[in-house]
Amino acid sequence: MIDLAVVDLSRLQFALTALYHFLFVPLTLGLSFLLVIMESIYVMTRRPIWRTITRFWATLFGINFVLGVATGITMEFQFGMNWAYYSQYVGDIFGAPLAIEGLMAFFLEATFVGLMFFGWDKLSRVGHLFVTFMVALGTNLSALWILIANGWMQNPVGAAFNPDTMRMEVTDFMAVIFNPVAQAKFVHTVSAGYVIASAFVLGVSAFYLLRGRHRAFAKRSMTVAAAFGLASALSVVVLGDESGYALTDNQKMKLAAIEAMWRTEETPAALTAIGFPNLEARRTDYAVQIPWVLGLISTRSLDGQVEGILELVAVAEDRIESGVIAYDALEKVKADPVDAVNRGTFEAHRRDLGYGLLLKQYVADPRLATPEQIRLAAWSTVPNVPVMFWTFRIMAGVGFLMIALFATAFILSTLRKHETRWFLWVALLVMPLPWIAAELGWIVAEVGRQPWSVEGVLPTFLGASSLTAPQLWATIIGFTALYGALAVIEVGLILKTIKRGPFAEQQEFADRPAPGAPKPRPTGVQPAVA
Amino acid sequence: MDLPLDYPTLRLIWWGLLGVLLIGFALTDGFDLGVGALLPFVARTDVERRLAINTVGPTWEGNQVWFVLGGGAIFAAWPLVYAVSFSGFYLAMFLVLSALILRPVAFKYRSKRPDPRWRSAWDWALFVGGFVPALVFGVAVGNVLLGAPFRFDTDLRTTYEGTLLGLFTPFSLICGLLSVAMLVLHGAAWLGVKVERGPVHDRARRFGTIAALLSLVLFAAGGAYVAWGELGYQLTGVADMAGSSNPLRMTAEASSGAWLNNYATYPWLLIAPVLGFAGALLALVGLMGRGHPVALAGSSLSAVGIISTVGVSMFPFILPSSIDPASSLTVWNASSSHTTLFIMLVCTIVFLPIVLAYTAWVYRVLWGRTSTAALTTNPDLY
Repeated sequence: MIDLAVVDLSRLQFALTALYHFLFVPLTLGLSFLLVIMESIYVMTRRPIWRTITRFWATLFGINFVLGVATGITMEFQFGMNWAYYSQYVGDIFGAPLAIEGLMAFFLEATFVGLMFFGWDKLSRVGHLFVTFMVALGTNLSALWILIANGWMQNPVGAAFNPDTMRMEVTDFMAVIFNPVAQAKFVHTVSAGYVIASAFVLGVSAFYLLRGRHRAFAKRSMTVAAAFGLASALSVVVLGDESGYALTDNQKMKLAAIEAMWRTEETPAALTAIGFPNLEARRTDYAVQIPWVLGLISTRSLDGQVEGILELVAVAEDRIESGVIAYDALEKVKADPVDAVNRGTFEAHRRDLGYGLLLKQYVADPRLATPEQIRLAAWSTVPNVPVMFWTFRIMAGVGFLMIALFATAFILSTLRKHETRWFLWVALLVMPLPWIAAELGWIVAEVGRQPWSVEGVLPTFLGASSLTAPQLWATIIGFTALYGALAVIEVGLILKTIKRGPFAEQQEFADRPAPGAPKPRPTGVQPAVA
Repeated sequence: MDLPLDYPTLRLIWWGLLGVLLIGFALTDGFDLGVGALLPFVARTDVERRLAINTVGPTWEGNQVWFVLGGGAIFAAWPLVYAVSFSGFYLAMFLVLSALILRPVAFKYRSKRPDPRWRSAWDWALFVGGFVPALVFGVAVGNVLLGAPFRFDTDLRTTYEGTLLGLFTPFSLICGLLSVAMLVLHGAAWLGVKVERGPVHDRARRFGTIAALLSLVLFAAGGAYVAWGELGYQLTGVADMAGSSNPLRMTAEASSGAWLNNYATYPWLLIAPVLGFAGALLALVGLMGRGHPVALAGSSLSAVGIISTVGVSMFPFILPSSIDPASSLTVWNASSSHTTLFIMLVCTIVFLPIVLAYTAWVYRVLWGRTSTAALTTNPDLY
């Protein structure tokens, strides 16, 4: 029998390490492209100030990047460590994008990032810009493959269960790559990263302008961040991943939970702007609704139906009953692999096997489940409604706030009114908000996927490794201590770098040629002596 | 789907690629780990430590991807191996991850403050980040050779009977120390070609010589243990090389000395252990005769030979089970599906040459020894 304490602790550890990793990754995604923009301006104008700008933000990029890399190591190995059954059950599909990520993207960013920092003296201007661009390309391709992997967990296309190997296997790899959920997630997530990086550059620049320090530097940085941030903030909201919510039963359930929509409404459904989801009565109290809006944005039509939680639970109940038949046939196939009748039965009910497995949280053999247990299992397909309802609303609210922020920044910087003090204070104070929104976005996506590891295929509680609670506590405490210490050190270094400002390095190395001056002779190396 | 390569061939190729990945990791990230483990000993002052660190400063990040890619590729091509080994060696993996998390941060943050205590703390982090993974990887390989205590139920869910301390046996410690010696040798040889001549260079030669001798002794000791130490497993009955990846459809048994069977059948395979010894000897000669590129070539060949020896000795086993040999993972029962292996092979053929090409370009741009002079004039160095 599965140890549910181990499952909960494994989930806790995954959430902690993933949320922590995702503090650094979005800044990397966005700042890498901001560096490309800043350095392109330097290459085109050849003005030394742009070299200083690029190098300063690159220093902050580096402090952040390294923690993204370090905590990403955990993510790559944690599936095998804590989710062994998940790994062997879906590794045939899920492992491929992770491996391709390493081969195609992570190698690119990690190999070039060293040269980006160490190659200023060794490369031509255009050569160095190329290297910076490769870093940005690598980080963003990396996000693409990770989100293809994650998208498959949300919408497991192109794969089928093989009773001979007792796992899911690829049937159509192109479908896995071009999974619409993955594509929507990719655009949404990298845009969110661009917003975070823009808000970071904007906020730090605002800090300098409020203090009256490094004004030429800060104004230019602010202009770049405003333009890039505005485009990204629009993209993150307009190209949000709502469009994927009509695709599968779980995605529909996620949408219904986000909207706390208990019953299917007449089309086009109204959007609940605010209200209080009431779990016991299964209704939303004090709901303020905006007619038509939900139906329009989630189905992109006037007559598309948005299904309610109660209706989706009824669907789940049917699928669980079908899943029990699949489970029974599979047990018979295991006992007698060549029996064609049982294989035929299994094929007919195969897509519901995962629903049958949901019963394993109540009873070891799903075939012995009582009607009450089947009802319970059907209700277990509803994710935590208040959590979904509120996290989504805060995330979306921040999204709209960011559009307003960057639109204002864009107008002010176009009018050359960079030093509008009230706005600088706003820009400084809202700096943490997009990070909070990104973390909440992860919660909406992954809590909303529950009770599934892979939608309709493998319940989360079955995916865990056969570990013990003390082992889990050891690693949770260990990771928390290590990550906590690194966070304190990282924030300290970022603040120190910001306080020192963009010109500190030039004062320390004053004997060097002026920044931006051509360097015919590479410094720092002597010819190799073999 | 009709694929141009049959299933047994693809499995064999992916077994080979598993070796390529491990060797790629040992050859590139290996010298980073070695330099880290050597750091407190070959470099005493801050300037000396900066010299040593900057020999790997711009490239450790790319090198480390071999490790991450190794994880991803095992996941994709050998999902059962990925699942069973990483969860079975759970706390050992946690130790490795903690050390490898500390290492990148140490590289990057050490130079951010001049405070000697700050720098000394990160130097120890670099030492831990080099020494601990090198040791634990070796200990893990030792346990793979011994067999791990796991078994499957009919759903292919794994259960284990091992503990963290149980991983440290005399044989696995020999393997762990061999791994440390091999990577320290590689790191010392790297310092030999990459750091300016001076105290660091001299100490690296001295420690490299000791590491080369230890590599030879420990590799021989490991070999003796494999021959006479009641190690080994063998398949019973005929393996279905094109069969479904289901470990329950195979039988195997523990068999003393079976890790030498492949050499009896195919004597040319002895080239792997011979290379392990010859490489270390070559490195020794190079270090003593100041032929540093020769030493680096020797340490590289030695790593190739030692890692290949493990793979070749165990073939077709990848991860045998000590408590239930029939649950053992082999080349024929632990891979991904035929389709996935083929797709991943295509991706590897397309992307690996590109990776190697730009990696070579980056190394070429960064060619040359790190010097004390550069440390004072170049703000980009660590």
